[in-house]
Amino acid sequence: MNEYQYDYKTVRGFVVSAIFWGVIGLVAGLLISAQMWDARLNFGEYLSFGRLRTFHTNVLAYGLGIGAEFGLFYYIVIRLTKRPLVLPKLARFHLWLFNVGIALAGISLLAGMNQSLEYAEFEWPIDIAIVILWVIFAINILGTIFTRKEKHMYVSLWYVIATVITVAILYIVNNLAIPATLFKSYHLFAGVNSANVEWWYGHNAVGFLFTTPILAMFYYFLPKSTGLPIFSHRLSIISFWSLIFAYLWTGAHHLVYTPLPDWIQTLGIAFTLFLIAPSWGSVVNGYFTVDKDWSRMRTHYLTKFFIIGITFYGLQTIQGPSQGIRVISSLIHYTDWVPGHVHMGTMGWVTMVICASIYYMLPAMYKTQIYSEKIANTHFWLVLIGQLMMSISMWITGIQQGAMWKMTAEDGSLQYTFMESLLRNYPYWQMRTLAGVIFVVGMLFFIYNVYMTMKKGKENLAKLQAA
Amino acid sequence: MSKNDNSIYSKALLLSIVAAVTVLIGTIATVFVPMFTEGMHPKTDGLKPFTALELAGRDIYQAEGCINCHTQTVRPLKADVMRYGAYSKAGEFAYDRPFLWGSKRTGPDLARIGGKYPDEWHIQHFESPQAFYPKSNMPPYPWLKNQPVNADSTIASMNALSFPYTEAEVQELKESTKLDALVAYMQVLGTSIAREAAVTVDYAAIPAESPLKGSADAVAMGEKLYKAECAGCHGVNAEGNIGASLVDYSMNDMPGNDTYYIIANGFEGAMPGYAAKFSNEKIWAIVEYINSLKDK
Repeated sequence: MNEYQYDYKTVRGFVVSAIFWGVIGLVAGLLISAQMWDARLNFGEYLSFGRLRTFHTNVLAYGLGIGAEFGLFYYIVIRLTKRPLVLPKLARFHLWLFNVGIALAGISLLAGMNQSLEYAEFEWPIDIAIVILWVIFAINILGTIFTRKEKHMYVSLWYVIATVITVAILYIVNNLAIPATLFKSYHLFAGVNSANVEWWYGHNAVGFLFTTPILAMFYYFLPKSTGLPIFSHRLSIISFWSLIFAYLWTGAHHLVYTPLPDWIQTLGIAFTLFLIAPSWGSVVNGYFTVDKDWSRMRTHYLTKFFIIGITFYGLQTIQGPSQGIRVISSLIHYTDWVPGHVHMGTMGWVTMVICASIYYMLPAMYKTQIYSEKIANTHFWLVLIGQLMMSISMWITGIQQGAMWKMTAEDGSLQYTFMESLLRNYPYWQMRTLAGVIFVVGMLFFIYNVYMTMKKGKENLAKLQAA
Repeated sequence: MSKNDNSIYSKALLLSIVAAVTVLIGTIATVFVPMFTEGMHPKTDGLKPFTALELAGRDIYQAEGCINCHTQTVRPLKADVMRYGAYSKAGEFAYDRPFLWGSKRTGPDLARIGGKYPDEWHIQHFESPQAFYPKSNMPPYPWLKNQPVNADSTIASMNALSFPYTEAEVQELKESTKLDALVAYMQVLGTSIAREAAVTVDYAAIPAESPLKGSADAVAMGEKLYKAECAGCHGVNAEGNIGASLVDYSMNDMPGNDTYYIIANGFEGAMPGYAAKFSNEKIWAIVEYINSLKDK
C-alpha cells in the first residue's frame, strides 16, 4: 500500500461518477437528435426538446466533463506535488456533493427551472451549491499545490491553477441574479449588458472548462504514457500565458451582428484570431514531442488517442476563430454548423483526451495493465468515425441552411421559406443520429474496458497486499 | 528542462496572483468597463416594462427552453430583415433580464413575432405546430392550456424587478392559463418600435391580368405553396379556420390583382404579407389556385 491510497479512492469515485453521468447525457443526446427530425418523439412536458436539450448539454458538460476533471486533477496534483491531498476527507465529501448536485441540477432543468443563460442555466440555489463545490475543490487543490514536496511546478499545474481561479470568477459574475422566489431569478444585468456578460462567461467556460483542464491532462499524460519528454518548455510557457491572457477578450464573437456595440464585437473578433497562436503552440508542442518516434502512432494505442485528440484541438481552434469573422458569421451563425463545431471539440478533443487519460491512470493506480488494448482500439475507431460523421454532416447542412436563408429570387424576394430550409436538414439530422449511435457504442467499449480493468486491478491489489 | 529555482514556476502563490491578474485584464476591458458606459444601457422610447401576464409568459418561454431553437435578434443583413422585419436595436431590450437573443435558429427568429399573427394562430400552433406545417419539428405544447399561471410567483417577480402593475392585472393573471401568458408574451415581442414591412407592393404596380392565367402548372404550384404555408390558417381544404374561407372568397370572382395585393401585403395583426418571401410568380400561382377553388 502506498501513502496515497486513500486519495485514489476519491479519484476512482469521480471517474465512475463521470462515466455514469456520461451515459445519461449521451442517451439524452440521442433522443434529442431524433426529436430534431420527428416531433412525435417529444414525450410530454418533462421530456420535450427544449428541456431535454438543456439537460443534455449540462449533464455532459458538468457531469461527464467536470466530473472527470475533478478526478484527474486530484490525481495529477498528487503526483506532481509528491504528496497526498491536504484534506482527503473533504475530497470525499466533494465527491458526494458533486453527485447529489448533478442529480438535483438535472432534475431542476427537466422541471423547467432554467435561467436561459447558455451553459449557466441552473437557478440560484443550485448556483450556490456549485460555488460551494468549487470552493471545496479549490481549497484542496491549491492547498496541496502550496504545500507541495516538489519545488518546481510542472506545466500541468499552471493550467490547473488557472482553471481553478478563472472558473470561480466567471461563474460567480455571470450568475449574479435578483432572486424572486426559490425557483426563479432574473439576471442582474439587462439587455445588451446581459448579453455581453453571458458570452464573456460562455466562451470562457469553453476556455477554462474544456481547454485549460484538458491541456493540463495532455501535458501530463502524453509524456507519461509515451515516455517522451515535452518538446519545448519555452513553448509551453509562451502558450500558457498568451492563451489565458487572450481568452477573456473574445466572448463577443458570439454576438456578431447583434445590437452589442460594434467596438466590443470587433475587439472580440481580433483577439479570437490571435488565439490561434497560443492554441497551436500546444498543438505543435505535442507533435514535436512525438516527432522523436512517429511509429508509436501505430504501436502504442495511447499515443494515437492523444495525438488525434490534440489534432482536433488544432482544427477546433482554426475553425472557431474563422467563424468569428463577420462575413463567415453571417453565413453560418444560428445554423447547425455551430453544433457541428462544438461536437468536434467535445467528442474529438475533450472526450478523446479524458478517455486516454483514464486509460493511463487506472492501470497506474492499480499497478496493472489495461484489460484490453484491442477493445481500446475498437473504442478509438468508433468514436472517431462517429464524431467525424456528426461534425461533417452538421457543417454541410449548416452551410446549406445559411445559404438558403440568404438566397433571393430574380425579383429580389426570398428564394426559400423557412420551412423549406428546415426540411432540407432532415436527412443530415438522421445521419447525425446514426453518428451518435456509433459514438455511443464506442463509449460502451470504453466503459467495458474500464470496468474490466478495475476488476482486474482490485484483484491485483489484493494479491499485492497478501504478498 | 532548465530549472531556475527562483522562477515564478517555483512560487505557487505568485503564479496564482499573476494568473488572476492576467485573466482579469481582458475581463475588465471588455466586460466591466463597458458596463459603466451609456452605450450598454440604451432604451427605446416606445419600450414599456412587461405586464404581469407578459412576464409570466416570458418565464414559461425560459422554463420550456424555447431559447434552444429560437433567436430574438434580427441581424442588420438584407435577408434577415426581409424574412423577419426591422433589425433589432439595442434599446429594445432594456427590460430583458436576461437577454434572450439565443444562438440557434432551428425554428425562425421571434424578435418581430408580436402582432404578426392573431392570438388564435398562436393558440392553435402551440397545440399542434404540425396542424400548420405537417413536417414541422416543433414540439406540441398541449398541456399549457390546462395549467394555471403561478400568480404568486409572477407577482413576486414583478416586485423583484420593480415593474409597475395594477390590481386588474393581478386579477387577470389569476384567471389565466400558461398558454394565455405565453401568447401575451409572443404578442409584445418587438413591438416597441413601429412595425414596417420590408417589402410592400403598390396596388397600381400589379398587372390587372394574371400572367399565369389558365395555367394548370400554376394551379398545381399554387396548391403546393398553399398546403405548405397557408393551410394552417385558411384550412386544409381552404374552407377557412382562423382566416377566411377561400372557397367562399373565390365565389366572388375577385379580380386577380386584388387577391395578389392581399397576399403580398397582408393585414395588420391578422395576416402577414408575403411580398418579401414569395416571388411574383409564386404569388400569382397562389392567386390561380384560389381562383380554381370555385370550380371544385
